[in-house]
Amino acid sequence: MTGLLFTEAEWDFATLDRTYKAIEEIALNDLKLDVYPNQVEIISSEQMLDAYSSLGMPLMYHHWSFGKLFAREDTMYRAGYSALAYEIVINSSPCISYLLEENTMTMQALVMAHAAFGHNHFFKNNYLFRQWTNAEGILDYLAFAKHYISACEERYGRDEVELVLDAAHALMDQGVFRYRRPPKPSRERVLEKRRRRAAYEEEAYNDLWRTLPAGIEPPAAPPTLVDEDEFDGEIKLPEENLLYFIEKNSPTLRGWQREILRIVRNMAQYFYPQRQTKVMNEGCATFVHHTIMNILYDRGLISEGSLLEFLHSHTSVVFQPEFDDRRFGGLNPYALGFAMMSDIRRIAEAPTAEDRDWFPDFAGSGDWVGALKDAWANYRDESFIEQFLSPKLIRDFRLFSLYDKADEGAYRVSAIHDEQGYRKVRSLLARQYDPGIADPNIQVVDADLKGDRTLFLEHKMYRGIPLQHATKDQVVAHIERLWGHDVVLEEVAD
Amino acid sequence: MTYFIDRRLNPKGKSLANRQRFLRRARQQIRDAVQKSLKDSAVADIGKERKIKVSTQGTREPRFRLDPKAAGERDFVLPGNKEFLPGDEIKKPQGGSGGSGKQASDTGEGEDDFEFVMNEDEVLDIFFEDLELPNLVRTTLKETQNKQWKRAGITTSGSPSQINLVRTMRNAQGRRLALRRPSLREVEAMEADLAALEREPQTEEMRAKISALKEKLAYAIARRKWVGFIDPVDVRFNSYTEQPVPTSQAVMFCLMDVSGSMGEREKDLAKRFYMLLHLFLRRRYKKVDIVFIRHTHDAQEVDEQEFFYSRQSGGTIVSTALDKMLEIQRERYTTSDWNIYAAQASDGYTQSGDARRCVEMLNEDVMPLCQYYAYIEILDEREMEVFASEDSGAELWRAYRTVAAEWSNFATKRISKPADIFPVFRELFKKAEA
Repeated sequence: MTGLLFTEAEWDFATLDRTYKAIEEIALNDLKLDVYPNQVEIISSEQMLDAYSSLGMPLMYHHWSFGKLFAREDTMYRAGYSALAYEIVINSSPCISYLLEENTMTMQALVMAHAAFGHNHFFKNNYLFRQWTNAEGILDYLAFAKHYISACEERYGRDEVELVLDAAHALMDQGVFRYRRPPKPSRERVLEKRRRRAAYEEEAYNDLWRTLPAGIEPPAAPPTLVDEDEFDGEIKLPEENLLYFIEKNSPTLRGWQREILRIVRNMAQYFYPQRQTKVMNEGCATFVHHTIMNILYDRGLISEGSLLEFLHSHTSVVFQPEFDDRRFGGLNPYALGFAMMSDIRRIAEAPTAEDRDWFPDFAGSGDWVGALKDAWANYRDESFIEQFLSPKLIRDFRLFSLYDKADEGAYRVSAIHDEQGYRKVRSLLARQYDPGIADPNIQVVDADLKGDRTLFLEHKMYRGIPLQHATKDQVVAHIERLWGHDVVLEEVAD
Repeated sequence: MTYFIDRRLNPKGKSLANRQRFLRRARQQIRDAVQKSLKDSAVADIGKERKIKVSTQGTREPRFRLDPKAAGERDFVLPGNKEFLPGDEIKKPQGGSGGSGKQASDTGEGEDDFEFVMNEDEVLDIFFEDLELPNLVRTTLKETQNKQWKRAGITTSGSPSQINLVRTMRNAQGRRLALRRPSLREVEAMEADLAALEREPQTEEMRAKISALKEKLAYAIARRKWVGFIDPVDVRFNSYTEQPVPTSQAVMFCLMDVSGSMGEREKDLAKRFYMLLHLFLRRRYKKVDIVFIRHTHDAQEVDEQEFFYSRQSGGTIVSTALDKMLEIQRERYTTSDWNIYAAQASDGYTQSGDARRCVEMLNEDVMPLCQYYAYIEILDEREMEVFASEDSGAELWRAYRTVAAEWSNFATKRISKPADIFPVFRELFKKAEA
């Protein structure tokens, strides 16, 4: 036998383990990655669809929209329109990666390198994830959320709960803190909350014992975790987090409804870093798997056949159709991310004169691992592109920017991949990845709490772009349902 | 540090709860879609798994979205420039074609209708929300005609062929343990010891040992005799009892007048009616046969294609169809094995005098066999107005009204357009008010 880790396409747990160890060795020693402990789970295709439809989380409360997603994905999958993802990875500690059972051994190796080390490192080190998500607590929180919401359904009826969830989901994009953290509750409040949550858990635990013949009681009511009287008449305006504002200040919501809003808001906040780092996150993971697979081959641990299989799947993942291609659906984050990561390595190792001009900090330093790890830790898509997109890549992708004014009949080409255009293309592309600009900027500006309780919202139009009419009214209707009184949404020029 | 976990054995259908919530939510749209999709299928295909195209109305998930087409200005970056230079202008695509030129749909999310697969049960549940088959309780006599052996636990007596070995051996082992029956191995070990001792030089001490061992051995052998390996008290038998089972097959006779007066429209209405009846029966019975009988002045059994799509000229004698039905029933569908349903569609005309004969046949021969007999009369809308009252009508209608008065499982209805069918159907099969 040679030193190959595996020779067959079929995998088994012993092979997985052996391969994982080899990958780990490279990831920790060669790439110096810093990861959460890994938990690798093998799942079937049906379970993969299940995971899709619950936002990729292993636990999720029940809602019809997840069922809709499942029905859609299932049909697409069965009809052969879409293939399943090879993996799903969860930002938690331990970091859970799902591997599809149908993958060949080569694919399992790729996926472990990609998810269990690439994504994992990014989750653990990127500043957004560090600041905003709690990898240790997320699974427990989801378990709590699921339990709490089903207890509410039992107690208040599915329809009631659905109304709140529908409305809260409609506001998910406006349910995050973009710039500041939520105000810290005082220490007594924290203790009080902890006490109540503990009491709740105790009650939920008692539920188990209901099967005993003695002391059969009806299901316990979900206790109110949010104070009914939390509203203290003091509001801080303007407020960009609509869900937070309504949760705290709605004159009509009951305690359990506020808690549901809080759950949805926490989910939104948990996913917000992922929305801001799509290119980097995928770029990091793709770069990591590409590097590791190549090192495995160089060290004689995988065969040429495996290398080719890996390259085949890798190239289709990072394929970027051009804008006039039928397959074009925007910039592929895998393609852009991987290209930028590889480019950083190139610049560190073998820079051109142009690179030295543009990236004096690390061009030719040779320390590509350090440069990449710094980028992964301290940037998000927008700032990353603004900082690291090189003229060479702009040329490779042949990027160009268009200026679009709604009442004109034509787009104008404002910059292309030339000396005058590099900086402009780069900043415009960076801005495209700023959710602060891509999402409408809607704030609570006033609430007439003493009078008729009308809630005043304001959409600050960025460069004059208004809200879509149809959805605007539907979402406002949802807000009115939560607020309980009239809601006025005004669009103003920025 | 690393754990591999095999989740494949976890219970399936984790998102079932979400699916149910979704179906419930989109009920109205799904109901419309299901009905539309049923229109084009064959009678017997009705309850199959099918792809349903549902509009997103009612399951919209609105979010605030920007609409750069309406007003304002923006920049965006695309890959793959081939010939553009700064300052070039590109005409915006008109209408739906071309990447970003898509019209904003009125849902505002560009979310189109979407298709998904509904399984048989889900399709049917949509149909039968609160409907129930009529007269499901067969007469006691009929019901008990079919019997089946069912398992009914364990007994202490029975025929040797029914011995439950596992139970028997388990009981035996318990008893052997409780009564300390020496095992064969112990006895053999003692015999071996004895043989070994006997080969040794026979001292006084040895002899005492040997006799003690012999005694012990004799006791063990005797005990093995007292405490049998298997004792009659251990033996258990599987027990079976005869249980009546309701007949699980049904035959559905579709009777239709195909004379010249029945046009495409009438046949189409009739077809839908048969489809729905078939659906009901499929819900209830494992096997459903369909017999198509068409008649003019005489009746024939035909296949579905012929039944709905071929024409025949001739007069109209309804009783011939009833004759044919009885003949087929006698030949192939005995009442002890089959539940018999019949549905007749007609435009209400028959040769004069024939209606009376029909009534006789129904009262004497047909209705005693049938679980249910539905008669629908297909009229055009003008006639519908004329015969607004239940009592007025053509000869056949008036005659059948007398049958309906006598038999609770005989129903008559008049319909004139597709929209009438479902309400009529609901009425025909509405839940018995209990």
